Amino acid sequence: MSAPRTPRGAARGTQESATARLSRLLTMVPWLLGHPGVDIERAAGQFGVTRDQLESDLALLFVCGTPGHLPDDLIEAEWEDGKVFLGNADAISRPLRLTVDEALTLMVGLRALAASPGVTGTPGSDGVLGALAKLEQATGEAAGLAARVRVALDDGATQATLTDASRAVQEHRRLRLRYQSFARDALTVRDVDPMRVLNLEAHWYLEGWCHRAEEVRLFRLDRIQTLEILDEDGTPPERATPRDLAGATYQASPDDIVVDLLTEAPAAWVGDYYPVDSVEELDEGRRRVRLRAADPSWVRRLAWRLGGQIEILGPAWLAQQVREGAVGALAAYPSVVVPEPEQP
Amino acid sequence: MTPQPAAAAKTERLLNLVIALLSTRRPLTKTQLRTAVPQYHQTASDEAFDRMFERDKDELRELGIPLVTALVAAAYDDELGYRIDRREYQLPEISFEPREVAALALAGRVWSHASLAAPARAALAKLAAAGVELDDSSLVGIEPRVRTTEPSFDAVRRAVAERREVTFGYRRADGQAATRRLQPWGMTQWRGRWYVTGLDHDRGAERVFRLGRIDGAVRAVGERAAYEIPEGHIPKVAVSTSVPAFVDQPPAVLRLRTGAGNTLRRRARTVGEVDDTWVQIDVDYRNIDSLAQEVAGFGPDVVVEAPDTLRDAVVRLLAAARDRHTGVAAHPGGMP
Repeated sequence: MSAPRTPRGAARGTQESATARLSRLLTMVPWLLGHPGVDIERAAGQFGVTRDQLESDLALLFVCGTPGHLPDDLIEAEWEDGKVFLGNADAISRPLRLTVDEALTLMVGLRALAASPGVTGTPGSDGVLGALAKLEQATGEAAGLAARVRVALDDGATQATLTDASRAVQEHRRLRLRYQSFARDALTVRDVDPMRVLNLEAHWYLEGWCHRAEEVRLFRLDRIQTLEILDEDGTPPERATPRDLAGATYQASPDDIVVDLLTEAPAAWVGDYYPVDSVEELDEGRRRVRLRAADPSWVRRLAWRLGGQIEILGPAWLAQQVREGAVGALAAYPSVVVPEPEQP
Repeated sequence: MTPQPAAAAKTERLLNLVIALLSTRRPLTKTQLRTAVPQYHQTASDEAFDRMFERDKDELRELGIPLVTALVAAAYDDELGYRIDRREYQLPEISFEPREVAALALAGRVWSHASLAAPARAALAKLAAAGVELDDSSLVGIEPRVRTTEPSFDAVRRAVAERREVTFGYRRADGQAATRRLQPWGMTQWRGRWYVTGLDHDRGAERVFRLGRIDGAVRAVGERAAYEIPEGHIPKVAVSTSVPAFVDQPPAVLRLRTGAGNTLRRRARTVGEVDDTWVQIDVDYRNIDSLAQEVAGFGPDVVVEAPDTLRDAVVRLLAAARDRHTGVAAHPGGMP
């Protein structure tokens, strides 16, 4: 049962460089030596390549070996019946040390997890610190660099909330949340079937099927006031699919309102802080920012709190709401009325 | 039959070279290597071989393969020889407990949506090749993610790793732009944003730069390993850690519309019903300006009762917001 060898089947989308392939082979050889007779599809899956590519890798290994390159010097490779056997590859029977970048990813990742112990279990009993110590020893020099790159996942979400949410995900238990919505300034109680606990842009979120909204929602853990693990099955309904989080947490929807803002220099951070469509630099540090909002109430609040450092250029009705809200709020202070400027 | 014959031939040559250099106890001279590696043997001229070997050496070193040179006694003169020390090449023996394996898999997933996704995958593959059985199903549903969306991330990371000075265009928070020159020491991600720390060349002092504010390319200047990084340097964003303790002052008194101002209500010292529409709270505060911003953000739903300084600050903010959005369309027909 072998697929016809077409160039399309063998190609890996983009052209792989000779050194990238060498790297893979140097990792593949020890893995195959440690898994004699492994299924060829599993081996291909392990290295993220097609079966055809794996076969062509094996064919290449088959003609390499120690100087002399007589049959006894060459690597032995067999893959009849879909089972892979490798031999006579003593020189490269151990994987190469981790590169600086490779060591950095794991160590920085582990350190970040160490600072959020709620994720992996109770502090001290998880494997994060143990793994870190062993890796440090095995990587030597690269460990020094890894110490100079830090990631803070922590955002003030309590460890207890993180631990409970993670446990509910793993045990498929329904949760009852008292949740503070930021955009709407409201406290709600929701029953949620948990799907994932994730960290995005340094905030922890619980993703789950919200029975109140009847759809998949993301809840920021630091806005969960109380979290109760219910004695009920929390398997989400089948139509609940995790959101694609390749972009931002904020999912643009066709119903979103497009808001144009002018920010003065002290409020330039607005264009960096929120997911924006565009930022245009103007003179004197001003910027013209276009962003999308599902619910315009947070834009109104931003305009009030920044007191004139941002101007809503459009839509006009939103600018009007900002004005009316400010006038209404000022009505509470009749003794300190600040008159509106005269119209020109 | 491979789709890229030239690339395949090169992989084959490099692999034979690595095996030859790992299999020898004594350093091999270039002459010996030209015999040992069939693809070198077939080169047309000495010059072609020299060029090819020099390139190959560099590429192996870039992969992290520790290729060492040593003088060897040759027929007429001492000559350079090459080899790879197995102990230096090999990932040391390493084993992990199941809990540690789960943590490693999770640490690798941290980067799955960042520019370092490939090295993270390669690192886990090497551990698997060293006999570590990685179980992907543990801690399923937990997804810490780090993103590296800043275009300058890779250039800065390289400079940090290589200890190499860089220059770049930088826009400050107040909008001022200038060219900066930096000896990068470390990087940190804080609140979802990447920063680089280091010695600011022009100011002669330690500074922190936000990668998102770097305009255009980051250019490396000078040599690699050009400076030492202060021992124990921990990259961190200098946030205002000097948060004053609660000063001995009376709390602010606020009126909240029922159901509104929840972030304030959570911090309240006391909460009392006024009527069906309003509740009154006492809340302690450190910084009057940030409390004023928070209160103003609730618009007509929160009213300051005391102190007057807070009330005046809120009034200033709201009046400015009002004036900023006044009468744009109020004068049709051009200039008065």
